[in-house]
Amino acid sequence: MRRLINIRPSRGVAQVLIILPFLLLLLSYNVASTARLAENPQDRLLPSFAAMADAMGGLAFEADSRSGDYLLWVDTGASLLRLAAGVAAGAGVALLLGLLSGLLPVVRASLSPLLAAVAMVPPLAMLPILFIVVGMDETAKIVLIAIGIGPVIARELEGRIREIPIEELIKAQTLGAGTWLILWRVVLPQLLPRLVDAIRLSLGTAWLFLIAAEAIAATEGLGYRIFLVRRYLAMDVILPYVAWITLLAWLTDFALRRLNARLFPWLGLERGEGEQR
Amino acid sequence: MRGLEIRGLRKEYGDTVVLERIDLDIPSGEFVTLVGASGSGKSTLLRILLGQERPSGGQVRLDDEPLPEEPTPTRGIVFQRYSVFRHLSVAANVRFGLEVREGDRFSGRCFGAKRRMVDGRVAELLDAVGLAEAAQRYPSQLSGGMQQRLALAQAIAMEPPLLLLDEPFGALDPGNREAMHDLLRRLWEQVGMTVVMVTHDLKEAFSLGTRLIVLDRIRQDPHAPHRYGAGISYNLRLDRHGDARDGSALASMPVPEAAVAAGG
Repeated sequence: MRRLINIRPSRGVAQVLIILPFLLLLLSYNVASTARLAENPQDRLLPSFAAMADAMGGLAFEADSRSGDYLLWVDTGASLLRLAAGVAAGAGVALLLGLLSGLLPVVRASLSPLLAAVAMVPPLAMLPILFIVVGMDETAKIVLIAIGIGPVIARELEGRIREIPIEELIKAQTLGAGTWLILWRVVLPQLLPRLVDAIRLSLGTAWLFLIAAEAIAATEGLGYRIFLVRRYLAMDVILPYVAWITLLAWLTDFALRRLNARLFPWLGLERGEGEQR
Repeated sequence: MRGLEIRGLRKEYGDTVVLERIDLDIPSGEFVTLVGASGSGKSTLLRILLGQERPSGGQVRLDDEPLPEEPTPTRGIVFQRYSVFRHLSVAANVRFGLEVREGDRFSGRCFGAKRRMVDGRVAELLDAVGLAEAAQRYPSQLSGGMQQRLALAQAIAMEPPLLLLDEPFGALDPGNREAMHDLLRRLWEQVGMTVVMVTHDLKEAFSLGTRLIVLDRIRQDPHAPHRYGAGISYNLRLDRHGDARDGSALASMPVPEAAVAAGG
């Protein structure tokens, strides 16, 4: 009998193992839902799949009677726009700070401790401050996401720069490159795939802040909607919305991963071979 | 004097003396091999010549100019590892320095006629080191020997008056090393620059160099061993056509024990 750590699933088995937990989850929900509905057809806690499909169909394909909007798409568009703006702002500033702090010892001396401290501030505790300072509109939500993920990404990038072998930076100098060209042609190209990875890892956090901000102050958005319909115990909307958010997050992650592989082939080769580093 | 002049060079870290009393004249075009036990400061000396570290005392002049205190194109370098840019293809690695020299300051790239000139030069260099076939590959797809050949081509592209090599073949297997020796000697004969190579392979040091420098701790203080640094214990002119080159002179040569131990 081989040891457990040496047993690897074959391709076919692996695929079954991927699907199995999802199937089990759906199946057990269905069993529980059917049982509750059999007892009380008015039960709102565990709606049937048909009821959820019905509710979502209404939100997606029928204009809202009050506003005339197709709510699911309006919510999705508003949330994704805020998320993209917040992540872009946070990652952009983080890239700049990370680059300067990672490459220039003079900047690092004062910026690195500051980033470490700022990264410890709980962003949600800043939300009231943001509402007071920049108002209740879109800016506050975008800034919340940006300060929620920015310092963490900046610190990650700073660390990644310092992983670049000193030999490469010295070689670049012997080839005539000054600080700017080292930054532009050696450090930045090696940092961009790390930035994409850092964004991927912080997307979960970004969604958290987005939904928190929308729950408090918004008139549309995925987070706004689920907190709105919570008042009516509308689980037939909340559950599919959560699934939809999860799907969007997964698709973003997938797209970023593909982007990295496409744009930075050298990185995949290094990881794939795994022996050169 | 054309070449390298070192006067009273000293290097200490805190109160530990690494190098002391280094005086050396290397006429332009020599191939100097630098050997010594581990901790004898041979890599430190190389890093000082490179500008990566500053001497604690003394002077270094290259072609009558004081050595700049940071790395510049006057001195090329090949390290034992990580010498090439891993995010650039083989051709782009060699092109880098030429592009920086010929291109504009902001983008570090060049276009049109300049670019064609640079590309032509890159092709020549890749041919010279036998990497023409691998031009579009990335360093992680190359063997250790190919990576070092790439690093050599990259450094030589700038035609530096002084080429520094820090145990460039230390991580290669013996067969590969032989081929690299031939390549290096051929390139050195073609370009005619001064070469300083740190190695701990004595045979390599004898067979490649025109001058062998041995670093060793000459002065010893048993109560405070860190207070004396290493100096030059042997400075041998190697006859390019004599017996010394095949390494058989090793047995009769009064080489310090420490150096032999490191070379073995």
